[in-house]
Amino acid sequence: MSELLLELADDELILGWRNSEWTGIAPFLEEDVAFSSIAQNEIGHARALYELAARDLGTTADELAFDRRPGEYRCSALVELRLVHDWARTIARHVLYEEADEARIAALKEADDPEVAGLAAKIDREEAYHRMHARMWHDRLQHEPRYVEALAELRPLVGEPGEHGAEFAELWEEMTMVRRSIPGATW
Amino acid sequence: MSVWEVFRQERKGQAFAHAGSLDAPDHAFAEEYAREFYGRRGETVALWVVPRDAILEIDDFVDELLRNYHRVDGYPLKEKLKEARERAAARAG
Repeated sequence: MSELLLELADDELILGWRNSEWTGIAPFLEEDVAFSSIAQNEIGHARALYELAARDLGTTADELAFDRRPGEYRCSALVELRLVHDWARTIARHVLYEEADEARIAALKEADDPEVAGLAAKIDREEAYHRMHARMWHDRLQHEPRYVEALAELRPLVGEPGEHGAEFAELWEEMTMVRRSIPGATW
Repeated sequence: MSVWEVFRQERKGQAFAHAGSLDAPDHAFAEEYAREFYGRRGETVALWVVPRDAILEIDDFVDELLRNYHRVDGYPLKEKLKEARERAAARAG
């Protein structure tokens, strides 16, 4: 179970991180606020999932989020791509991710562990907003060639663990930099 | 992109109050942004989301006949009282 939680947590953390790269530069202000809020929700979900995984693994959420080596992260190839400045591909990833995530969270809601099932239900209530947001953008862009192309390009990466690329190494460097700057600090 | 006005009801049965406005390209986006900005933190039980164009604004209430005694806030006595006092003082003086 902790492996499944980690996989989901890593996806949420890294996607939240990537989506947060749009803060301040989204196509218009309302979308900037909405998309940043989604990014923050995702990082919040990651935190809660890491807490549960940490309980089983005898460690802490922070250690799981920031103290592992790049190769230990189990996130999919889809979420680690740096797509900032390309809105069509960003929305395509968002749509594909939310689609796949819905099934995964629905399965977790049926988990025997009541804490896991409870957290999944809580996450799902926020994900409903994300899905609504993804659907509305999909409806708007569905006939745009750039968006259609992006969907076709990114679809094979859904749920694909694979090897981490150079972009992930860069993200990991930046994401863990502050924490690594003072080893053992309790902040 | 067009402007939408958002009205928020805090508790059931209360009057809707203007909460703010937002920019959105269409109905679906206006709904999503209204939920996101005004509705999802437990602060709201219902929202009205209205295109600004659909609002009929009337703001030309000229008091042509100066019948200010018709107003709910009454009419100002200060000037009249001042004049009356001055008249009384002149007479007494």
